[in-house]
Amino acid sequence: MLSRTADHLYWMARYMERAENIARMLDVNHRMSMMPQSQVQEDQAWGATLRIMGLETAFHERYGEITPDNVLEFMIFEPTNHSSIRSCLLAARENAHAVRGTLTSELWETTNATWLKMRDFTREEFLDVGAGEFFEWVRYRSHLSRGVTIGTMLQDESLRFIRIGTFLERADNTARILDVKYQILLPAGETEGGSADYYQWSALLRSVSAFEVYRKVYRDLITPARVAELLLLRADMPRSMARCMKEVYANLQGVSNAQSAETERQAGELESQLRFGKIDDIVRGGLHSYTMRLLDRVQSLGNRIADDFLVPVS
Amino acid sequence: MTIKNFYNEMTDEAGRVRPHYASYANWLSEMPEERLSQKRAEADALFHRYGITFAVYGENAGTERLIPFDIIPRIIPAEEWTVLAAGLRQRVKALNLFIGDIYHDQNILKAGHIPPEQVLNNAQYRKVMQGVDVARDIYAHIAGVDLVRAGAGEYYVLEDNLRVPSGVSYMLENRKMMMRLFPRLFSHNKVAPVDRYPDMLLNMLRSVAPTGVSDPMVVVMTPGAYNSAYFEHAFLAQQMGVELVEGQDMFVKDDHVFMRTTQGPQRVDVIYRRVDDDFIDPKAFRPDSVLGVPGLLGAYQAGGVTVTNAIGSGVADDKSIYPYVPEMIRFYLGEEPILHNVPTSMCRKKEDLAYVLDHLSELVVKEVHGSGGYGMLVGPAATKDEIEAFRKVLVAHPERYIAQPTLALSNCPTFVESGIAPRHIDLRPFVLSGEEIQLVPGGLTRVALREGSLVVNSSQGGGTKDTWVLEA
Repeated sequence: MLSRTADHLYWMARYMERAENIARMLDVNHRMSMMPQSQVQEDQAWGATLRIMGLETAFHERYGEITPDNVLEFMIFEPTNHSSIRSCLLAARENAHAVRGTLTSELWETTNATWLKMRDFTREEFLDVGAGEFFEWVRYRSHLSRGVTIGTMLQDESLRFIRIGTFLERADNTARILDVKYQILLPAGETEGGSADYYQWSALLRSVSAFEVYRKVYRDLITPARVAELLLLRADMPRSMARCMKEVYANLQGVSNAQSAETERQAGELESQLRFGKIDDIVRGGLHSYTMRLLDRVQSLGNRIADDFLVPVS
Repeated sequence: MTIKNFYNEMTDEAGRVRPHYASYANWLSEMPEERLSQKRAEADALFHRYGITFAVYGENAGTERLIPFDIIPRIIPAEEWTVLAAGLRQRVKALNLFIGDIYHDQNILKAGHIPPEQVLNNAQYRKVMQGVDVARDIYAHIAGVDLVRAGAGEYYVLEDNLRVPSGVSYMLENRKMMMRLFPRLFSHNKVAPVDRYPDMLLNMLRSVAPTGVSDPMVVVMTPGAYNSAYFEHAFLAQQMGVELVEGQDMFVKDDHVFMRTTQGPQRVDVIYRRVDDDFIDPKAFRPDSVLGVPGLLGAYQAGGVTVTNAIGSGVADDKSIYPYVPEMIRFYLGEEPILHNVPTSMCRKKEDLAYVLDHLSELVVKEVHGSGGYGMLVGPAATKDEIEAFRKVLVAHPERYIAQPTLALSNCPTFVESGIAPRHIDLRPFVLSGEEIQLVPGGLTRVALREGSLVVNSSQGGGTKDTWVLEA
């Protein structure tokens, strides 16, 4: 397969997944804003979302004050923000367009139709349907793309690069979602278990579709350590770091080439560390620094994949 | 000059429906207009969803337009098609022989049939191709010949497109759309299928691989996703199951072309290129081109790769060469042309120029190196000032122009805003030359949607129709 084709497939999948995760992240804040909390807390939450995406400066340049409306506008519609949901859906569509011949027509049409709908989405419609429903729409369009991908694409290299893109992006986003909430919800030394806390943690779980999963797995109170364990180490949880790295590693092995051995090794190493990791050790060492290290490794893996497969020097 | 009598594809002078339209006309007469409107809206929505669109230059990425699709088909009876097909085969055969001759012995020039400077000074003549042997001696592998009907319905060749003719994807997609919208029509009319085209194309491309290659790797080369014909490039690559490549995906090493893949470099044997000569190799042609492959020409000259259509094919479809095609047919094949040329005045000739200057208000004057319907004068539609302005240009550079009578292009019933009304049409069948010369029964019918307009180009408000060749 052409390296450029693999590159477009990989980014198509990443941008679609990113759109979904941004919708999920914004949705947590949106849900939390409906709970009893102080203005300070709420502003903190929206600010943290921008910070974790590395978008604080870009936001302040254009919008100034952090208000829910401003952040939503910036993260959903703003065309100059490359991580706005609109930009992600356009980028997914543009990447798909560049390789539309490699995609099944159903996958191309799904991606194209998602963009056409987003393009025509007005602020009035947004206010009309409400933020919650809009985020759900984004999530479901992403589900649909993924379903169409798995349901129609030949199980060859194309599919593997799409899967690598999806799971690498998801790994990155899950780590960010967990980290930002952990920092806000659990300032050092504070005790766990208050009722406000309960709502906050359950909103976080719901944002990654993990609330029912949590109940099923732990059959117990929601505690921060367990939430972290679920999102980091449980390979049976489809949005966890462990699951994502397992998929990345498996799919990388399927596209292996003459120069990719080290990349595969690093993916495998990360995967097994997550597989054998213990949440107590992680919490003891500091969850924030742990997730930061994870993010670095995920990013470096992305760079290696690009060098080995997507834009080879010759 | 006003043209009163246009040939109508569906009805004769007395208003009677022609026999080959009888079944369709009957069906159409029972179809309420609201239903047609509804079907047209359905077609538009589907074309948008499929992304069968063309990019419009200069606008934001993601803005794309549909080429309007008309739901009333153009119908050609079997016996008429038989003659057309024979004429097209003959013409394309002669054109290929001509290009091969021009780049080798130049017998036709030596025999005095065409003034040598007409060919050798032509911007489309590529000196670098002189003496280069190509696979099976074929140059114009894919030809899109534009035909029109005028007068009492006789066909004329308007243009031989031998470089990168486009539109075949619309031929195929229009048929699919019609079958989806009106399935029952196809069970009541014996319409010859066109869907073999991608298979025929792939077979042809494989048959012109460099000698000694047993399982040739074929690719489609596109200028990229922002090219106006990108949909077609992607479509053809997908239908044939081959890679769609851009210049940046390929490189040349030791007289062979390779593409960069996730498994390392892979050799390419046949390039169906949709990039113009000028941009195909920055080392050989325009150095500022970022669409090409440096060194491609060298690999091609050395026989390491086949490029379709051949570099330098454009010399045979230039408007200044067009008047000589009937002569080529006689010279190379010893046959009389089956298809007519439009009578053409060559303004570089004194007597022709005098005639043209006297009749500017009746003629269509075209630039010899132009394409796409710009840089021309349509006499009957021009104002006095426009004609006088053009006269000055023409007198200054007569060699740049040819002139033809304004053809009374045939009409076909078309579903426009005001209902069903006659609109002018042309026809572009696609001729494939490999081991043999082949074409699918049909082509792309373009229609000028504006009332009275004779310009069918999609860039100037043209639309398309499904083209039915009825089986005998």
